Amino acid sequence: MTVLSVRNLETFYGAIMALRGVSIDVDEGEIVTILGANGAGKTTLMKTIAGLMDPEKGAITYKGETIARLAPDRIVAKGISLVPEGREVFPYLTIEENLKLGAFTRHGGQAQDLELVYGYFPILKERRKQAAGFLSGGQQQMLAIGRGLMARPTLMMLDEPSLGLSPLLTQEIFAIIARLNAEQGVTMLLVEQNARIALDTAHTGYVLEMGRIVMSGPSERLKASDDIQEFYLGRTEATERGQKRWKRRKTWR
Amino acid sequence: MELLQLVIGGLANGCIYGLVALGFVLIYKASEGVNFAQGDMMMLGAFVALGFGNADQLGLPFGLAVILAMAVMFCVGWGVERLVVRQIFGQPQFALVILTIALGFVFRFVAGSIWGYTPLVLETPFAGRNLRAGGIVIGLADLVAIGATLGLTGALWLFFSHTRIGLAAQAASQNQMAAYIVGVPVMRINSLIWGLSGAVATVAGVLYATRGAIDPNIGLLGIKAFAAAVIGGMGSLPGALLGGLIIGVVEPIAGRYAPGELAQMSPYIIMLVVLVLRPGGLFSQMQMKKV
Repeated sequence: MTVLSVRNLETFYGAIMALRGVSIDVDEGEIVTILGANGAGKTTLMKTIAGLMDPEKGAITYKGETIARLAPDRIVAKGISLVPEGREVFPYLTIEENLKLGAFTRHGGQAQDLELVYGYFPILKERRKQAAGFLSGGQQQMLAIGRGLMARPTLMMLDEPSLGLSPLLTQEIFAIIARLNAEQGVTMLLVEQNARIALDTAHTGYVLEMGRIVMSGPSERLKASDDIQEFYLGRTEATERGQKRWKRRKTWR
Repeated sequence: MELLQLVIGGLANGCIYGLVALGFVLIYKASEGVNFAQGDMMMLGAFVALGFGNADQLGLPFGLAVILAMAVMFCVGWGVERLVVRQIFGQPQFALVILTIALGFVFRFVAGSIWGYTPLVLETPFAGRNLRAGGIVIGLADLVAIGATLGLTGALWLFFSHTRIGLAAQAASQNQMAAYIVGVPVMRINSLIWGLSGAVATVAGVLYATRGAIDPNIGLLGIKAFAAAVIGGMGSLPGALLGGLIIGVVEPIAGRYAPGELAQMSPYIIMLVVLVLRPGGLFSQMQMKKV
């Protein structure tokens, strides 16, 4: 069943067209990843779905309902939560207060969910009375994910969860993302620059370039594609002269 | 003995500065700009209370009049945010400065045209009553000012730290985007904060009025309270209160012992000294915004 479908979405930053007609589908229970370089429009896509930006054209349908241009709090209440790029915790509030704010749109059941989050991130329980600003980057990322989870979302959107983290921590975070998907049945839409780990975790992938989707398919197929291998996974192909072929063009251009 | 007398009167005055400064800080945290109409909101609050309470006007009991005035000024603050300030959302901060200065003129004109420009006295149950204790005379109004400030500060503290909406307001001031992301209706919270600051200004205005006559120009006290807010560190509620108390206590002492017009300059001298030594204010909550 399709949880989220985006059709021909166009979003502008002032005069700059950041999304040029993006269409994606996210099925229930899946992890879907969106790959793309800096400035491809990944974050814009997330912000538009979350209601932080309004699209100029196009439709966003969540469980059969149109949600484009709704206020962000209405969208959270419907079951879409965003874990923003750069974590964005509330620095002077304690960890527990941060988590409780994650459940702001819901009433009741908070204590249970706190335990659930602490179950996945024991370090947060240990430090729950400390101000979030004192956490390390990795712990802040855990807090941001935990805060997103407190809204009890059907669909969780994660924007660059590996930003600024060590390779080891990145793996840890992605392992937890996979667990949350498998154990809690949370559908995930994942934006990531680290294409390898994203494709390893996700079931389906899209490639976003210059505001357009240029490629999509099951992540196994994407991983096998020559273009992805060369431009996203960094394969260096040995040629007869033992050099990388710099002139190779992407098939979609 | 004389010093103690001055300190107690100063503390009561300082409470009024502190409450107006509290209003500055509340709005600074919500709308990220300075509301230069805060002093005039205080003035208007005092006049509204006078309108409800004085015998020649509506003649309601004093307590009821104050509560009604707080409610009216809550609505005024709320409405100013909802109808005016929200329209300039996203404009440079300077727009808010000019807008609130203009609002101050409007408030002054409104108060002047309803209640006139001759000083009026708010009738209170404790006017002119004094307590004597060991050689010093304490005005009952001073005690009420200190008590009311303590009570109001405590209530605000409880609201911000122990209620769901209060927590959301803190969140919105710390990281507005994240507040939107978790589903806090940031705009509605901002309106609420403007309302609260109107109510706090009313209390300050009533306390001011218990200590003397009021006219539409008493809002200029807001400039001193602004200095208090800057001394406390613009972003800190306890700092604002402390800044108000410091100014309130130093002023009469300087007036008694220091030469010339130093007393009137003292708030700004303290502000300059604090800005030079601790640019973030006494209770700075400054942090570089990470990109």
